[in-house]
Amino acid sequence: MLTKRIIPCLDIKDGRTVKGVNFVQLRDAGDPVELAKIYSDEGADELVFLDITATVDKRKTLAELVTKVAKAINIPFTVGGGISTVEDVKVLLNAGADKISINSAAVHNPKIVDEMAAEFGSQCIVVAIDTRNVDGLDFVHTHGGRKATLLRTQAWAKEVADRGAGEILLTSMDHDGTKAGFANEILAEISSALSIPVIASGGAGTMAHFKDVFTFGKADAALAASIFHFKEIPIPELKEYLIREDISIRK
Amino acid sequence: MKTAVIKYNSGNVQSVLYALERLGVEAELTDDTEKIRSADKVIFPGQGEASTAMSYLKARKLDQLIKELKQPFLGVCLGLQLLCEHSEENDTECMGIFPVKVKHFIPENSQEFKVPHVGWNELENLTQNPLLTDLPANPFVYYVHSFYAEMSKYTISSTHYIHDFTAILHRDNFWAIQAHPEKSSVVGEKLLENFLSI
Repeated sequence: MLTKRIIPCLDIKDGRTVKGVNFVQLRDAGDPVELAKIYSDEGADELVFLDITATVDKRKTLAELVTKVAKAINIPFTVGGGISTVEDVKVLLNAGADKISINSAAVHNPKIVDEMAAEFGSQCIVVAIDTRNVDGLDFVHTHGGRKATLLRTQAWAKEVADRGAGEILLTSMDHDGTKAGFANEILAEISSALSIPVIASGGAGTMAHFKDVFTFGKADAALAASIFHFKEIPIPELKEYLIREDISIRK
Repeated sequence: MKTAVIKYNSGNVQSVLYALERLGVEAELTDDTEKIRSADKVIFPGQGEASTAMSYLKARKLDQLIKELKQPFLGVCLGLQLLCEHSEENDTECMGIFPVKVKHFIPENSQEFKVPHVGWNELENLTQNPLLTDLPANPFVYYVHSFYAEMSKYTISSTHYIHDFTAILHRDNFWAIQAHPEKSSVVGEKLLENFLSI
């Protein structure tokens, strides 16, 4: 049976792992390659690396890090942050990334999703969507959730799926950093409407939150950062819990 | 031992090389006919679209070469599909080493079954085969695919998604796996190790 995936997310700045609480306060949580290896040995199903300082001159550094990670670990990983062109994607995939994720670039130029999917295949194109609820309606936000757009989240998710995205990584900015649970309502709405997998992000605080996001939230995968980095929830324990709760999980 | 990894217009070949490197095996990525012919083991990785890959292989006569090989040969993912007879992906005639058809997953219910089939799923109904030596029961492997090989008499393990499909094929010196052993943690390493010791 296909299992639900547990995905630690490593935020990278200057080659080190950091995690922003609500994306503002940064704390150092170690060496990304070492951390990646630990997570992979502990049973993480995939990893996501998000380069939060991705600027043109830093891209080479990121590609070097991607190669080091690809050599060290034996599970799939996605790289995101500042990716805007087909050439950016080529560099990272050639460096050893299995998938890349794009966010703001897709909002500014939706056709880039079609181009990337045509060039590299949908299976390696993840579209990350940051969403925030404004007066009862869900809107796509960019720039780490700071800038609102006029795009409705549900419609945008459908559009990028139609354009060839292979997966959607949906982060609720209202839930991110709160540890109060995932945004199950909008996740379920989007996951039910689309035929591609949805990765839930933002709000993980307890093991029960993961059970909820896989049941009520209908998510195919769940991503979290600080609760893993600071060992608040060890992955082996989380997986044992989810198996006991009858969620399909890889042992 | 010389291990050749066939170089063609396929994505993510690097991951296979890194996986072999982790096992201490130095493999050569090559499209040189002689090097492939003289290798002790040949790995045919794959990611991408079937018709583009077949045209590329045909233009370089690599399809003919592959059919003539006698040493242990392992197709991975798209590599498995190209060894079959025909793929529904752009109606592509493939190499036909396995007289098996490759079909598109059609979800009965898009809420329950999404396409592509992405993530970790189990290898079931493992038969006695050198490739499957010392694997745990129903081990998990990592999949990313929208097309699958139908069940056949060459199927040595199946996986269930929507219905049963072929997870691993074996005929003579040819083995092929739909999942990505290079990304399938310790189970994937064991599969590669088993192949290298055939």
